[in-house]
Amino acid sequence: MKNWILGICALSGSLTALGQSISAGSITGNMEATFQYLNADSLIGATQPSEKGLLNSYMNVFYTNGKFKAGTRIESYLPRIQGYPNRFDGTGIGMRYAGYANDYIDITLGNFYEQFGSGISFRAYEDRNLGYDNAMDGVRLILRPIEGVQIKAIYGRQRYSFQGGKVIVSDGLTRGIDAQLRLNSFFHRMDSVGLDITLGGSFVSKYQADNNEEYILPENVGSYGGRFDIRFKKLTFNGEYIHKENDPSADNGYIYNSGHAALANLGYSKKGFGVMLSAKSVDNMSLRSDRTAGLQDLFINYLPAMNKTHTYNLVATLYPYATQPLGEIAYQGELLYNIPKGILGKYAVPINVNYSVAYMPNRSMNGIDITDSSRIMYKTSAFNMSDSLLWQDFNINATYKFNKNLYVIGSYYNIRINNDVSKITPDAHGIISTQIGVLELGWKINKKHNIRAEFQGLFNQKIYEKDADGTFKRVGDDKGNWATGVLEYTISPNWFFGIMDQFNYGNKDADLRLHYVTVSAGWIKESTRVTINYGKQRAGLFCVGGVCRFVPASNGLTLSVTHSF
Amino acid sequence: MKKIAFLFLSLSLSLFTIAQEDGVFVKKIPSVKLVDMDGKPVNTAELGLKGPVVFSFWALWCSPCKRELNTIHEMYETWQEETGVTVVAVSIDDEKTKSQVPVYVDGKGWEYLVLLDPNGDFKRAMGVNNVPHTFLVDTNGNVVYSHNSYAPGDEDKLYEEIKKLAGK
Repeated sequence: MKNWILGICALSGSLTALGQSISAGSITGNMEATFQYLNADSLIGATQPSEKGLLNSYMNVFYTNGKFKAGTRIESYLPRIQGYPNRFDGTGIGMRYAGYANDYIDITLGNFYEQFGSGISFRAYEDRNLGYDNAMDGVRLILRPIEGVQIKAIYGRQRYSFQGGKVIVSDGLTRGIDAQLRLNSFFHRMDSVGLDITLGGSFVSKYQADNNEEYILPENVGSYGGRFDIRFKKLTFNGEYIHKENDPSADNGYIYNSGHAALANLGYSKKGFGVMLSAKSVDNMSLRSDRTAGLQDLFINYLPAMNKTHTYNLVATLYPYATQPLGEIAYQGELLYNIPKGILGKYAVPINVNYSVAYMPNRSMNGIDITDSSRIMYKTSAFNMSDSLLWQDFNINATYKFNKNLYVIGSYYNIRINNDVSKITPDAHGIISTQIGVLELGWKINKKHNIRAEFQGLFNQKIYEKDADGTFKRVGDDKGNWATGVLEYTISPNWFFGIMDQFNYGNKDADLRLHYVTVSAGWIKESTRVTINYGKQRAGLFCVGGVCRFVPASNGLTLSVTHSF
Repeated sequence: MKKIAFLFLSLSLSLFTIAQEDGVFVKKIPSVKLVDMDGKPVNTAELGLKGPVVFSFWALWCSPCKRELNTIHEMYETWQEETGVTVVAVSIDDEKTKSQVPVYVDGKGWEYLVLLDPNGDFKRAMGVNNVPHTFLVDTNGNVVYSHNSYAPGDEDKLYEEIKKLAGK
């Protein structure tokens, strides 16, 4: 007995001594709570839930101590705010993991997020503002056996939903392996000539039992491919190609075609100048861990849309383009040039030009019998595009600074979107074309007070349909002209106030010439932020007071608190 | 039995003291493996930078983020000379816009260390809700000041904190 007590004594003493050298670790995290009180507004498509009030909250708590890590997220939907999947409800643990990592091994059990290459083969990702979360629940192993070599392996089920305070995972199993090799680690002379090469390859497989009575479905579906990233001084060239085996699903109408996704970027940049050309080819590449899933659920991979993410309200919310996982060929060019100072005044004038275009793939029926039992419905190849336009966007902007405290940004956008494929509005068929102009003014009144204003106009909106002879004919308009004004007043570092009015003044229907007015105010102290919003909002990317987030259509009050620790 | 209870008490007390002394709630820069804009692998906890470090989370689609980093860009030379500070601009652009990050950074002539965090691993580990979010870190990797969002003038407050940290 005495020995035992002495043992504790010694342990206690040594722990106190160790207190100087061992750390108790570090706890970090963040929280967010968003409350909405909503009114019904049939004109803008906003509804009032029977609870009237909605509340979303979550808190992340991460613990690290040396090589050990663990973390959890508590989520609460009482019930979920607008824009979140309507099946989310209850309070409970939304994520938890434990792991260990040193220089050559990193293992995580439980939930994790991960991406292979550019994500076109595998990406587990979250965006809490969007309600998007396809976290894996299982095991992840990352090995770095020698410098320049990295192997990742993942095995688990994806998060599908959050019901009754519990995470619901996918019916299907997802597993994969990815290897990456950085040649510079083996050939050090490459560094001295300014050459940098990284190669990679991945294999991802999903398993789901055949639960379909009509077809004999493949239960294991594989996708695989490779990638490269080459840099020579200021020139970069990278690309990835992924092939997917036949994967009949609700998305593709249970066809047995294989699929592919290819991405390539070529860029050059130096001080004051940058240019980037990108290309993408996608066919039948919707890949989900449950073949019956829809919406944004259970995507195993990520197919990035090839266009600029716009931030001005009218451009971002009226005609946003989403990627087409079933097929598109897209190209994009981006250029930034700084007119040096002294030519157009005291300050440099940056000019940014961007062009993106997307077409349907060209699908040949030659030699295909769609009535045979193969259920292979067409033939196509990478970058084989048709003349059927999905999207086109030309935009240009320039910033002019008058002095240290006053600037103006002028922007112009010319957008075409195929409303039959990328459904933006229920009111039209064919291709919607529009032009948007934005003028932004910023005036720093003194060290702390600042005013920013935006004047946006959407004009000349038309709808085209293709005639039998292939020519485009104007058939009508969507919602007509819009004007938007934004006024923002900030007092650094603690306060902001804003007002925005979107006015659909050109609507043919006089009853729908509506003002969408939102007023907002916020208080910020270090990592804490409290905001209040009242008014009508259209769906889209919404930026005010220094932060951007995605929101659905609503009419009412939104209160939000965020904190990071 | 009382002795044992007393010993347990002292044991737990000493553990508690350890926690207090080293500060469980000191936010340290976590170790996350990312690549910089040139494709070189980096460990966020071992950047090997001297002096104060500012981590600024941003994205190409976030106008206030770009306003903040462009404003600091104009004063960066002075800031570096006076305090030895390094700004690390962490882009959370995902694959959709990631390839355009060098175009923007070089086009604007930023001299920052730019890291790419396309799947938000570092963003999550740092507890970032929304961008822009800026952290000031001392030479031991402890976060001493942070600020969410950007309004013109916030850079002055940040610089005051940097000067305090640099002992100027």
